[in-house]
Amino acid sequence: MPSLLHSLASPARFQRISARVFPWAVVLAAGLLGCGLVWALVFVPPDYQQGDTVRVMYVHVPAAWMSMFCYAVMAVLSVSFLIWKHALADLAARASAPIGAAFTAVALITGSLWGKPTWGTYWEWDARLTSVLVLFFLYLGHMALSNAFDDRERGGRAAAILAVVGAINLPIIKFSVEWWNTLHQPASVLRMDGPTIHSSMLWPLLIMAAGFAAFYVVLLLIRIRSELMARRIEVLQRHRAAEGA
Amino acid sequence: MAAFLDMGGYAATVWPSYGVTAVILIGLLVFSLRQLAKRREHLDALEAERERSRIP
Repeated sequence: MPSLLHSLASPARFQRISARVFPWAVVLAAGLLGCGLVWALVFVPPDYQQGDTVRVMYVHVPAAWMSMFCYAVMAVLSVSFLIWKHALADLAARASAPIGAAFTAVALITGSLWGKPTWGTYWEWDARLTSVLVLFFLYLGHMALSNAFDDRERGGRAAAILAVVGAINLPIIKFSVEWWNTLHQPASVLRMDGPTIHSSMLWPLLIMAAGFAAFYVVLLLIRIRSELMARRIEVLQRHRAAEGA
Repeated sequence: MAAFLDMGGYAATVWPSYGVTAVILIGLLVFSLRQLAKRREHLDALEAERERSRIP
């Protein structure tokens, strides 16, 4: 992993790899999401208990997985920035935070909509829901902190420390449904003893999850490129100010 | 078609879920693309200005 990070740390190399990966990610995201949406909305049978509300799962669960995956990536990038001072790691972490916040918002809102007919409530302050809400605030905190200082590096460092410390929330989210009594059901796909949901529902879920992952790559590459430009703009403006002085 | 839209009586749960997902994710994509285009324009202008100032 560190060697992979080192090799990607050069912005020029990143731009080259990103230009090659980007079109594939776009095609994959469009194909998988198109296929997954039709499958989830039309062909998946209604659940014998939950009826058609189960279709919410095909956006809720991939969004929830991506919300945690995105944070894990951000935490690794932050460690890399704090230890090796890779500027690109800082840019990628900055680029990731709004994406993670968006996936977390999707997971929270769709979960809440799903909760009403199945649990009888939109919201409950139980361990799973609360820890995911904390994840959302961690993302917002990262976004605010990384832009809170005039010195870009200081902001990046403060946000990176927040991201690393906040990573403790990931196992809390994952195991909250086992450690505490919650309304939320325990895992039915990512389990040690294998998935417990029927393949007619599992496959479209995996397709949607892969589609969300490809969409994440598309967003991330666009946003990192944008962050690289923002940094270059800052450098040029500083040069201009210095020359004018 | 009406049955499909009705979602077994759960239209008010299923469609808003997909709608919110689309709005948030496509919204972030559009916002990111526009931000990228704006920054590219700004950067191009700055680099052109820099080039001009180099020419004696």
